[in-house]
Amino acid sequence: MEKVKQKDLILYSGLIILGLVAPYLFSAFKVQLTYLCVLIVLAMTWNLQGGEMGYNSFGNILFYGLGMYLTASVQVGMFFPLAEWTESGGEKTFVHTTAQYFQGIGVGLLVAAIVPALVAGAIGYAILGLRGHYFAICTLGLGIAAGEIAGGIEIIGAGQGFTTPPFPAEIVDPEARGKFFYFTSFIVLVLAFIFVKYIYGSRFRLILNAIRDNEDKAEAMGIQTMKYKIVGWMVSAFFCGLAGGIMGGLIGYIDSTDVAFDGREMGVFMVLMAILGGKGTLWGPIIGATLFHFFKEGLWTFILGWQYVALGVLIVVIVIYFPEGLMGWLREKYPERFGEVIDEKDRKSQVELK
Amino acid sequence: MDFLIFKAPMLMVQASLDGILLGILFALIAYGMALQWGVMNIINIAQGDLVILGGYIAYTMYIAGIHPAWGVIVSPILMYFVGWGLYKLVINKVVDRDLFISILATFGIAIVFQQLMNFIFGADVVVAQSEYGTTMLFDNSVTLPNSKIFSAFVSLAYAVALVIYMKKSKLGRAIRATAQNARAAKILGVDTEKVYAATFGINAALCGIAGALISITLTLHPYVGLPYTVRSFMIVIVAGLGNLPAVAISGMGLGLFEEFADYILGTEFRIGAVFMLLVFILVYRRFKLSKKREYLK
Repeated sequence: MEKVKQKDLILYSGLIILGLVAPYLFSAFKVQLTYLCVLIVLAMTWNLQGGEMGYNSFGNILFYGLGMYLTASVQVGMFFPLAEWTESGGEKTFVHTTAQYFQGIGVGLLVAAIVPALVAGAIGYAILGLRGHYFAICTLGLGIAAGEIAGGIEIIGAGQGFTTPPFPAEIVDPEARGKFFYFTSFIVLVLAFIFVKYIYGSRFRLILNAIRDNEDKAEAMGIQTMKYKIVGWMVSAFFCGLAGGIMGGLIGYIDSTDVAFDGREMGVFMVLMAILGGKGTLWGPIIGATLFHFFKEGLWTFILGWQYVALGVLIVVIVIYFPEGLMGWLREKYPERFGEVIDEKDRKSQVELK
Repeated sequence: MDFLIFKAPMLMVQASLDGILLGILFALIAYGMALQWGVMNIINIAQGDLVILGGYIAYTMYIAGIHPAWGVIVSPILMYFVGWGLYKLVINKVVDRDLFISILATFGIAIVFQQLMNFIFGADVVVAQSEYGTTMLFDNSVTLPNSKIFSAFVSLAYAVALVIYMKKSKLGRAIRATAQNARAAKILGVDTEKVYAATFGINAALCGIAGALISITLTLHPYVGLPYTVRSFMIVIVAGLGNLPAVAISGMGLGLFEEFADYILGTEFRIGAVFMLLVFILVYRRFKLSKKREYLK
């Protein structure tokens, strides 16, 4: 037991050190690294309800987009009239001072985390009563409806988009912007990992698994499944909102359907990454997200224009041929590593039966 | 209520007629959806993209100088083979599996289709001119494009033909038998693999007809497929599988809802309203069923 703990300690401290020095080592790729952190957060929290709870949501993009709009709106609205800001579009009639910028984004991220979680809690009772594919389609509809509706609301820029406050010009260091967003996303990633890791060791995860495996039986055992489902969804929404807030600041421009409620990209990515790595495992989504990001960044530029075709084919191939994901495949291959004991005799008799 | 539509009663008539004619078209797509859902137990997210592809076939004919109305005959034939090929390539691997896998796999197909259509036909909004003129009703206060009336009649004709075909023909009986119990049908000598391929082909052909009609009545764009998928999904869950009159009625209901939402909320919220309606219908059914301690399955 002691040995395992020590091994974990080395692994985690190694990863944290890697995370801290990465922006200095790969200075040119800070934006990509920030993306990676955000993608991992999204995949990990999607996995909590998609993989652990068995509620495959296409609609977590709702919370992502909500977080993005909330962060930007709070950041602007705290100091300037929001309507005039969006109306002026790219024109910089109002300029945030350094202190205002960081205060704004701090409060904004806080709001962006809490409000989506509350929204998830509010609609959870109605939506999570749906099962299986009805839940999937319903959340798909929610995500797209949110994008369409946001595209019609004037105060957040409607169809022409919303420019988020630019990084304060008083900071002369050209690296500062990239570093700021990287470290913010890295902190969120670490927080999310600690939280998810904690959940993986708790009774809560067992309840989620019971819901996934057989909800009726879980209910019959006296578990108030609805309560746990809602909490599980709220956790996802909390981190999706945070991730969205960071991405809004990083991209610098929010469009209702192409950036915020981007079901065609982010909304699919988070599902795909979790499945690629392996649903229902702690490390699966992390590995899946990393692999996917490298694949995407490596190939996207070579197949310019064809990237969506490649994405679609990738989805089909992964879903049909690797529904268990990378971790599931490894588990099949090396069950001992996952703490599964195989009775040699029993296995042999099974083989003979076949 | 300070809406234009309540001040001018003629607008109501206009919206209702538009909605009903449009709804018949939606019902045709939904019938294809119900067919494949009932027979193969898959939900096809690429349904709307098949519709748009069918529309682009008619549009290509229009560009080539042929009247686009011929698309209602050419497009289903071509689309049958597209559907058949799609089944052989991908769908046959998801038939017996979890519904979520079919949703995600067809979602991938939808993305591929959208992008390929974007490459081939360009990202512009296009429409094929049928030049059928318009009918003026009620003292010229209600205008009704003849193409919409044409599309409603064609949809009805095809729907009736399909119902008769499903009742009388050998393949139709095989499809219905497979829908009832695939295993029993197999034992009694039905080649279910063939039936599945044919079902998916017929579904794609229906999408082709609907697409050809959409190309002359509405507009085409590579990325507008998903709303058609959602509309047909909605119609199917309201009407149930294999209940054709109910499919037609709920299709018209959806058409009416959309036209009125268009007038009352504004055109920019039209698609949003469709998706919100989906959410409301699902949530409503969830609460209705939970009274009896049942759930949507």
